[in-house]
Amino acid sequence: MNPILKPIIDGFLNFVPHVKALGMGFRAVGDDWAELTLPYAEHLVAYPGDDGAPGVIASGAIFSLMDSVGGMAVIAKSKRLMQQATLDLRIDYLRPARPGNTVIGRAEVIRQTRAVAFVKGIAHDGDADDPVALMTACYMFTAGAKS
Amino acid sequence: MNFDTLVRELMGAADEGPLSSLPYARTLGLSYRREAEGIMIIMPFAKQLIGSPRRLHGGTVAGLLEVASIAQLVHVLGHEETAPGVKPINVTVDYLRSAACETTYAAALVTRMGRRIANVRAEAWQGDRDAPVAAAHMNVLLVRE
Repeated sequence: MNPILKPIIDGFLNFVPHVKALGMGFRAVGDDWAELTLPYAEHLVAYPGDDGAPGVIASGAIFSLMDSVGGMAVIAKSKRLMQQATLDLRIDYLRPARPGNTVIGRAEVIRQTRAVAFVKGIAHDGDADDPVALMTACYMFTAGAKS
Repeated sequence: MNFDTLVRELMGAADEGPLSSLPYARTLGLSYRREAEGIMIIMPFAKQLIGSPRRLHGGTVAGLLEVASIAQLVHVLGHEETAPGVKPINVTVDYLRSAACETTYAAALVTRMGRRIANVRAEAWQGDRDAPVAAAHMNVLLVRE
């Protein structure tokens, strides 16, 4: 890993309360991409399965994963911690994640300008060729902005 | 989201209460309130919703908007046995303002109820309903037996 990124990523995983609350973990980072994990957990389930069967991870939890990994991809591309905010984020929910499987979120910066980063990503539960969700997002750099 | 579970929650005896039978909604601390226009979902501030200093994580607001959308859709569909199941196809969230560490509310409108697809729009706000912090639209598959 790029040594500049390590403390930023460690801080992200250890000190962002919502990231910790959902149990997200680090998987990999590259020049303009990042991967995070969301291990299966009972408190992430949308609704309990029938007859005690494990339920499916909530779409909202996958949204949080993809928002987080998209932000990390922007950091990977920038090589520093920029003040950034999600401008918009779209998720297509292709299929339910398999109960018990860790969901992996991968996001890549397609283009970055001074104001905006354009990011695409997928979520999968083991096989990247069989994704559970697609993500498209824009992040804006907010240094100097009012709100 | 499981249609029956949510309907039982929403159409139960009380006009408001926690969404405690839905684990992820419970993780976000969501509760519902039945209003004249439909269902409002409330997300009181909690430390675990924070994403960056003094701001809520965008994913928490998205989850709130999704639940508000599905809840309103279920409310409009009614609770007859013939009511379809609902499955989210996609969601787009626009972040309009930073969300401060305070209670967030969301409500939705079914913009089109088709036979197979419903389109739902939702807004989330904090102190001022006319200054939303985020807006979403969802396409939802209606699964008819």
